[in-house]
Formats: sequence, structure tokens, C-alpha cells
Amino acid sequence: MSDHTTDVATREPADEPIPNPGLHEHQPRPTDVDEAAEKRAERQIAAFFGLSALFAILFVVAYFSFEIGGEPDLIMGYGASNLTLGLSLGLALLLIGIGAIQWARKLMSDVEIVEMRHPAASPPEDRAIAISSFEAGVEESGIARRPLIRNSMLAALGALGLPLIVGLRDLGPAPGSALAETVWRRGMRLVNDVSGAPIRPGEVEIGQLINGEPAVFFRNDEEGEPLYEGVELNQAKAKAAIIMVRMRPEEITPAEGRENWGIDGILCFSKICTHVGCPISLWEQQTHHLLCPCHQSTFDLADNGKVLFGPAARALPQLPLMVDDEGYLVAQSDFNEPVGPSYWERG
Amino acid sequence: MRLLTARLSTRLSRGRRGKYAGSVVMLLGLLVTGGAYAVLAPAQASDEAAAQSTVDDGRALFLIGCASCHGKNGEGISTQAGTQYGPPLAGVGAAAVDFQVGTGRMPLARPGVQAPVKDVVYTDAEIESLAAFVASLGAGPAIPEQDAYDPLAIPEDELNEAIVRGGQFFRTNCTACHNFAGAGGALSYGKYAPALDGVTPKHIYEALITGPQQMPVFSDGVLKPEEKRDIIAYLESVEASPDYGGSSLGSIGPVSEGIAGWLVGIGTLVGFCVWIASSSTRSKKGKP
Repeated sequence: MSDHTTDVATREPADEPIPNPGLHEHQPRPTDVDEAAEKRAERQIAAFFGLSALFAILFVVAYFSFEIGGEPDLIMGYGASNLTLGLSLGLALLLIGIGAIQWARKLMSDVEIVEMRHPAASPPEDRAIAISSFEAGVEESGIARRPLIRNSMLAALGALGLPLIVGLRDLGPAPGSALAETVWRRGMRLVNDVSGAPIRPGEVEIGQLINGEPAVFFRNDEEGEPLYEGVELNQAKAKAAIIMVRMRPEEITPAEGRENWGIDGILCFSKICTHVGCPISLWEQQTHHLLCPCHQSTFDLADNGKVLFGPAARALPQLPLMVDDEGYLVAQSDFNEPVGPSYWERG
Repeated sequence: MRLLTARLSTRLSRGRRGKYAGSVVMLLGLLVTGGAYAVLAPAQASDEAAAQSTVDDGRALFLIGCASCHGKNGEGISTQAGTQYGPPLAGVGAAAVDFQVGTGRMPLARPGVQAPVKDVVYTDAEIESLAAFVASLGAGPAIPEQDAYDPLAIPEDELNEAIVRGGQFFRTNCTACHNFAGAGGALSYGKYAPALDGVTPKHIYEALITGPQQMPVFSDGVLKPEEKRDIIAYLESVEASPDYGGSSLGSIGPVSEGIAGWLVGIGTLVGFCVWIASSSTRSKKGKP
């Protein structure tokens, strides 16, 4: 220890504006000077480690003793297994940590140490050796003397970039018109989501909200397999989901050309927010505002889905409705604009 | 046997030509008709009278407790600005009254963006009277039968299936406002969707068919009664399920969990670091 302090003293520049106070006098800990304290600390640390082992064993006991599954054991309304496993394992780890820290603080060496900073650069002689060996390498490989090898090597390295570039093709193919179209077609029924039940206008009351889907998602092909399933179903659903609401017809102010898009105050809109595509169905029936739960975009469905508030930049797309021969609500056509968030080609 | 009937008919036909026969038959006919009326008709009349008196009781209660906002005949009151002070009640139905008054939302303590749940101020009989009066104003949804909303009516072996289906309907139609665990959530301008724990199955069903305040209507034609009951069964199963992983922190998602993680979790770790770095006690006894 004394070596280090003298080292500091000798390296001190003479013209330092404020004299270096040096290290303060070392003060020993109680455990350094008192044998009883040292023994006590030793027992304390051993107790921490011992407790840790005890909790590790309790973990095993808890693992086997508590019922999980359908009718789990409970402690204060919490699942007993999770609670005790977490507590015992957590305490076992924590007590090892506390024991180790106590050991370091109370018993391990406690001397003050100074390590002076060194310049980051290598010494000049090391640098000279590195440069000369590099030059020797250039000379011995003959890269300057043999341009054929040099150039062919550069070409090989350049060609290695081609597989990378060609691999980028797998990022495609470009979606084409997929973003602009949904599965909605003229005459396709609107059905209640989950149940797939078709809807008659008479069943829809003022103030009603229906979370709907196109009927095609609930239809099977000739072999009894669903027409849409798996990833394909989710992709189609992500664009075609709709909500239907009914307001008093006199409250609705349809835009030009949309006068016949509703049936007695029943209007249908895309369920996909035009901001970043969250499913949107917080319908305040008295204010006829539709709120998006993600970023609070607010649309006025009585006013053609106009944006009232929030980050959405486009009105909510509306699906024109009509009634088929059997009296069920069907679409007049697909949405006449892309649903969901804006994208590059949409302009 | 034949002899008996023959003699009886002889005697009867002899009496038929008697002097008083016409009057006796007439009297008998009147008595039978009157007796039958006495047995059958007044029962119906007294039912009607009882129903009418329930409506009258309801009207009396309505005039005291409700008419100041909803108008003396439930026609609604508009402010000068054209907004509704109290909405018209014709056609809202008995179910709406049972929900609004039965949960303490009505009568309102003061006008506001939303009627909060309060202590119920009317007795069950008074609520029934009010509901009967409001139902008499115009046809609307009636108070549902117990079998329609009570998950106990679902057969034991179909209960799990019903809960799963109810969960799908709940997540599709309800979670946007009421949160995935039914913990409720905020709407715009101080309005909110209330938490669903502790709400009785009847009131949930009534809210679905009447659409109180900002809540949309989910009519029986579109969301079938048994589908509504499935939703209620799901909510009850959510309420009954224990917090397996410890405190749910209100089930309001990443915000409360994030706050707990940052403040409690990281706070504890920082506390440990401070403790580790703090200088330990030193002895004044001098160097060893």
C-alpha cells in the first residue's frame, strides 16, 4: 500500500495549481481490528448463504406440494404455487447476493489503491515495429508487383456482393393491388362476428353496434374445408372487418353520392383505423363518435367517418349497403378506397 | 239402463210442457252464466286493476323523482341550446328503468357527462312500479326472465363451451371499451366504460339490450340471448379465477405493470446499489 502512495507523490507535477491532498489516512473497519466483530461478520455471512440454501430447498418443497391447474391452491387469492416458487427462488438468489456483498464489505481486503492513467497510444517503438512488419508483408506478398492477382481478387470480392443483392428479391413480390382490395363483393352478406349470423335491418336498433365480417369467412368449399383459414384468413380479415351502427336517419349527413349507402340509418364502416390499422370499435352511441383505443383518433360516423381528433389522416372508409332478396344486409360493392393505414403508393 | 233413461226422459218431457218450465230454464241459464262470470272474469279484472295500480304508483313516484328532468309524461326536456336535459322515455322499456334505477345511476345527483353508480334509492317494489309506468309510455325491451341471463341455467356439461364462446363474443364486442378483463376504461371528455366486476347478470343483460348512455345496443336479433348469457358466464369465470401470477394491478395492462416495474422493481435495485456503495463503519482504534 505504501508503494502506491509514494508512486503518487513522485509523479505529481511540480506546478500543480492546487496541491494534491493525497489519500486520507486509512481507517480500519471494526472487523479489521476486533476479532469478535470479525467472527460475528463471518457467522452473519454464513447465515445468509445458509438461508439461501434453505429457500432453494423450500422451492423444491413448494414445487411438489401445491396443486396447480383447474383447481389450484390459493394464498390470499393468489395462485399458491406461483407465489411460493417465485418468492423462494427470488429470496434464494437475493440472499446469495447479500452474502457475497457482506463478505466483500466486511472481510475482504479494504485498502485504498491508486492506479495512474496511461496514455492511450502505443509507445513509438511499438508503432515503428508494426509499420515495418506491414510493409514487409506488402513486399513479400508482391501485391504491388502482381496486378493480375490484385485485380482478380478485387473482382472476386466485388462479385460476392451479387448474391446479397439478388437475395433482396425475396423481400417481394410487391403486394400489387392487394392493399387496395378486400374480399367484399356486391351482394356479399354482412354477418355478426364469431357467430356468423346474417343480419336483417329490422333486428338492428337505434344505437346498435355490430362487429361484423363478410359472410365468406364462415363459408366452406365443396369438400367442407373453410374457404379462408390460417394466415390467409387473418390477412383477409385484417382488411375486411367492419362495424355497423344504426343512428337516427335525420342525424346523418351523407356526402354527395353516399345518399343510398345506408339502410334506415344503418351505416357500415371499415373497422380498421386509418392511422396504423388498430381494430376500432369504441362506439359512443349518443355522440356517434368512434374512438380508436390505440392513439385516440376519433371519427364521426354521422358525418361520413370524418376525422375529428387524433393522428388519423383519412376518414374511415364506408361500405355501401343494400338488402338482398331474402331481406338480409349485403354490400353494394367492395370499399371504394383502400382500407387501413396510408402507404407509399396511395399518394 | 235403458229402462232408466227411458223413464227419465219421459219424466223430463212431461215437465217440459209444465207451466213454469220456461221460467225455470231461463233462471237456470242466467245463474250458470252469472256464476261462470263470477268465477272467471273478476280474476282478470283484478289483475288489470293491480297492473293499473302499479302503473299509477309508478307515475306517482315518477312525478316526484324523475319528472323534473324527463318531463311529467316522460316526454323529455330540452335545454334552450337544443341539447337534451333529460331524454324522452317512451320506448326505452322496463329493462332500461330496471338497469338505470336498479344500479343507482338514476336518479342523477346532478347533471354531468355520465351517470355514476350510486346507492340504490328505491326499493325493488318501487323500481317495479317505475318500470311499469315507463313501459306503459311506449313499447320497449322488457325486464328479462331469469333463464335468459343467468349462467346457472346453462347445463353443467355445456358450461365450458359457453364460457369459451362468451369470451370470443366479449373480446369482439366489449373489450374495446370495457378492457380485456372487464376492468373498464376511459372514453372521451370524462366519459368512461365502467368496470364489470360485481355487476349482476340481470343488469349486464339489461345494459346489452337497452344501451345505457354511450354504450351501444346489442339487440337480441343480432346478439342472441344465449350468446349474451355466454358473455355473462365468461365474465363470471373471469371474476372467479384467481390471480395466478400475483397481484393483477387492476388488470389495466402495461401502464400499471410498467409503473410497478420501474418504481418498485428498479427502485429496489437502485436502493441496493446505494447500500452497496455507501461506506461502511470505520473503527477509531488505529492501525492494526
